[in-house]
Amino acid sequence: MVIHIDNKEYNIKSGKNLLEACLSVGLDLPYFCWHPAMGSVGACRQCAVKVYKDENDTKGRLVMSCMEGVKDGLYLSIEDKTAKEFREQVIEWLMTNHPHDCPVCDEGGACHLQDMTVMTGHDYRRFKYKKRTYTNQYLGPLIHHEMNRCIQCYRCVRYYRDYAGGDDLNVFAAHNHVYFGREKDGVLQSPFSGNLSEVCPTGVFTDKTLKEHYTRKWDLTMSPSVCNHCSVGCNTIAAERYGELRCILNRYNGDVNGYFLCDRGRFGYEFVNSENRIKRVIIRNRAGEASTEEELMQHLQPLVSMSKIIGIGSPRASLESNFALMQLVGKQNFYQGISEDEAHLNRVCIDVLQSGSVHSASLKEIEQADAVLVVGEDIWNTAPMMALAVRQAVVKTAGAEASQHVQIPVWLDSAIKELAQEDKGFLAVLNVSASPLDELATHAWHATPDDLSRAAFAIAAYLQPGKLQADNFSEELTNQAKAIGEALKQAKNPVIITGVSSYNDNVIKAAFDIAASLNTAGRKTGMACVMTECNSMGLALMDAPAFNHAMDSVRPNGHATAVILENDLYRHLTPNLVDNFLNKCDHIIVLDSLHNSTTEKASVLLPAATFAEGDGTLVNNEGRAQRFFQVIPNADTQVKESWQWLWKMQMLRSQKVNGHVLHPDELLQKMETDMPQFKGITSVSPGHDYTIHGERIPREPHRYSGRTAIQANKNVSEPKPFYDGDSPLSFTMEGFKGVPPSWAVPFFWAPGWNSVQSVAKYQDEPNGSLKGGNPGVRLLQDKKKENADLFFKDVPEQFVITKDKWLLLPKFHVLGSGELSGYTKALEVLSPELFAIISPKSAEALNVKEGDMLQLTDAGIAYGSLPVKVLDNMCDGVVFVNAGSRGTVGMNWGTRINLAKVN
Amino acid sequence: MFSHIRTIWLTFLHLFRKKVTIEYPEEKVKLHPRWRGRIVLTKDPDGGERCVGCYLCAVACPVDCIALQATEDENGRRYPEFFRINFSRCIFCGYCEDACPTYAIQLIPDFEMAEYNRQNLVFEKPDLLIDSQGKYPGYNFYKVAGMDAGVKQKGEGENEEAPVDIHSLMP
Ligand code: SF4
Ligand code: SF4
Ligand code: FES
Repeated sequence: MVIHIDNKEYNIKSGKNLLEACLSVGLDLPYFCWHPAMGSVGACRQCAVKVYKDENDTKGRLVMSCMEGVKDGLYLSIEDKTAKEFREQVIEWLMTNHPHDCPVCDEGGACHLQDMTVMTGHDYRRFKYKKRTYTNQYLGPLIHHEMNRCIQCYRCVRYYRDYAGGDDLNVFAAHNHVYFGREKDGVLQSPFSGNLSEVCPTGVFTDKTLKEHYTRKWDLTMSPSVCNHCSVGCNTIAAERYGELRCILNRYNGDVNGYFLCDRGRFGYEFVNSENRIKRVIIRNRAGEASTEEELMQHLQPLVSMSKIIGIGSPRASLESNFALMQLVGKQNFYQGISEDEAHLNRVCIDVLQSGSVHSASLKEIEQADAVLVVGEDIWNTAPMMALAVRQAVVKTAGAEASQHVQIPVWLDSAIKELAQEDKGFLAVLNVSASPLDELATHAWHATPDDLSRAAFAIAAYLQPGKLQADNFSEELTNQAKAIGEALKQAKNPVIITGVSSYNDNVIKAAFDIAASLNTAGRKTGMACVMTECNSMGLALMDAPAFNHAMDSVRPNGHATAVILENDLYRHLTPNLVDNFLNKCDHIIVLDSLHNSTTEKASVLLPAATFAEGDGTLVNNEGRAQRFFQVIPNADTQVKESWQWLWKMQMLRSQKVNGHVLHPDELLQKMETDMPQFKGITSVSPGHDYTIHGERIPREPHRYSGRTAIQANKNVSEPKPFYDGDSPLSFTMEGFKGVPPSWAVPFFWAPGWNSVQSVAKYQDEPNGSLKGGNPGVRLLQDKKKENADLFFKDVPEQFVITKDKWLLLPKFHVLGSGELSGYTKALEVLSPELFAIISPKSAEALNVKEGDMLQLTDAGIAYGSLPVKVLDNMCDGVVFVNAGSRGTVGMNWGTRINLAKVN
Repeated sequence: MFSHIRTIWLTFLHLFRKKVTIEYPEEKVKLHPRWRGRIVLTKDPDGGERCVGCYLCAVACPVDCIALQATEDENGRRYPEFFRINFSRCIFCGYCEDACPTYAIQLIPDFEMAEYNRQNLVFEKPDLLIDSQGKYPGYNFYKVAGMDAGVKQKGEGENEEAPVDIHSLMP
């Protein structure tokens, strides 16, 4: 529809409010309380505009633009004198109590309040009375609190409580004394608390880890990056100063993480700066540990020329690195560095997602689903942002349904909440143990993975009568299946979520059956399979055999060299298996970024770049390939991307020295030709020589400071800036100044908009996609294969609980589980200790109580003993062991083991 | 010919004018207090470092010759961990002083900075920090800013009310 803003015509999508409309056409209009992901409440009165009856109306009336919908032919004015004065006055009131401590405020330079103050023109405090003050609270190691700076916009509590479902942050007191904080000092409980630092338009809530090495936004070198800490692959901005990674910020991607990140993703970056980093080449068993590159090459020559050379890939290394390894060792010698079981589960996921019978759902699609079923995956802990998306699905569906009957637009947040009351969209969670998501669920049911899959098969049987043997389901199961099945049938775009962490392929197969049964004409069904690491999907797509087969391929004294890529094998596999393999190999070359149990075994250890020092591509669980770009220049270190090292080794092996510089785009091109499953991978980002009108894209904002002093202590003549030949981004502040293409957005900034709110200028419309489409390329296409009607019919037997055999499963933790993120001190203190977790009934059967020690053994493997923790709301017959955190070792997950009390 | 004689005559007349050159370095140059010369970092009346590491001087500097890193003491008081000025780049424009919200960085009337080795023109914090308040005596940023950084408690600053009792509903 057409509306007139300050006598100019604009074409606007219907259903928006006036504020969104103004922002989407690129106009500047101040606001505070409205947030694109949370809608409007009209609390701050900052967004006032004049609206006129018609073109002849000269008087008009002041309205809050965030509270008024667009109407065809509407006339409004942003520039109107009264509206401008009104907005300036609002800021003036808000600033009467503001502490003016910008110089020591971490928000400064990226502050929405600063921006809005400048935008409205308020510049002098006329109020001659005293300022209100507040005392601060300790909110844990992640978020810093400075309450004096608050302007009472209510965004924090709306985000924390309504959006993220937390209940320990609230608003207290009354009138002009309102206080945003906790009831008493203490750690914020929500694993999404980090977003407060971006949601709060002032410096009340700021990133405490950044505070440790504070840098202003204008001084950061920033790159588009991708989170490394789970398989969701949220888009991030990685930021560097003085050679250190300083913080991780959200990078909007309308299809993936939107405006938010989880705390593991936001704060888990500090492993990059960790003391435990491998920074130099180490050749062991000879005098002097550190070595130069020439020495290394001499040393490597005989090793890589050996006839037998085995490559162990990694689910957390980039596609480029995995592929370079495959190139070095040959396809027949390349193995996935994960267990046979996990590789099988990943394979099943890919098979079902590629069957063409279901659609692999993006996070955005999950958020928009009108019914969600989670089977056998504790997404709260294994894919946090997916859990947040499910929460939105549940909450928003209720709102959307309620608003259908009355004329209330979806963005009118409080009215919708009032209308929906306690109503929720449909969510069923069938899991081994409870999670905070259960609170939202219509059905929450806990059982062993086998029984979960039976429950899911029962639903599939209900949805497609006759296709499955339905007669051996209990009545309870049948009734539950009916209730869930009926609700799913009512939905127009349901999503079925499952994953590998219950180590049971039947769970995935049954979930697929449900999704496939629902995917009929008129109903678009999505399916999401959560995996364990950031590139699990990418590695699995390479379709290589699992680690166990590598074992078989080396004969004792077979004179083999193993090349292990960024993988602590001891985390994925049982120790004896890894030891066996390593003992059989003559030489062990390990590429990694942090010292761990596997790197200890290396005879040659090469310092690999983390996501911050290198370029690469990761494939998330949706099958979306996404590129991350280097942010820390590594000119004077030995640290290199693994694919660079592997390429050097390949040159050695083939005895070629042609001085050719390899670029990642070349590797991807080769990959695309060699492996058709990666079709499209080259279009994730253009090649390294891409420019816009001859200009590269700067990683540094145009106000970057200190260029002639940063290195002056070493040498007063500044060196040439680091040149990054691998990507179209430069390590300078010169270059293309407009809005870069969406895959290459190193930071969000627009004239007058220094804060993260400037993202609006990079989008088609608030909440929409980035200009030119959201970044990332989906590798899994939904093409329906002809007469390939995949449907699984083998329903497993019911799980039988026995007293001597317990099903061993991993228990992940939202903040603690992450090999790399575990090196952030702040997250380390928030992660759980190692426990053997059992249900109260199991504890009774084993005659143990909390704190007792349990001995875990599995057919000859002694896992040692762990203290018992009793968990209500988990099924019997299962023992959980905390997994994924630092110090945990690989176990035969999904097998049945012996438990015995240690006296 | 005539012009030569005229020049010599004029030069001769100058012998009787007041001298503008001085016997530098024996005699020092008189400079005004606001003359923009060597940059120093000053201290507040309590002897604490004035610089709060806000990076405003660095960003204001047109030749980008200031680099610093902020850090905090146990009270949350910010100060620079290092503070570096590359005087071989500095153009003594004084923008840093204008930008400084705490009067920490000041340009003082001193230009005697010549060095044989350019590297010696890189000044670190110990070279910059002086034990004086410089041109602006009496100012202590932490007394007027809302933060409690060990200098004053919340509500004790000039122009501040006592902290809100959040359990009170009184108007
Ligand atoms: S703390 Fe921040 S988000 Fe919350 S009301 Fe105050 S200014 Fe708004
Ligand atoms: S850990 Fe996972 S959910 Fe959290 S930000 Fe990273 S990718 Fe997203
Ligand atoms: S943004 Fe419209 S009233 Fe706050």
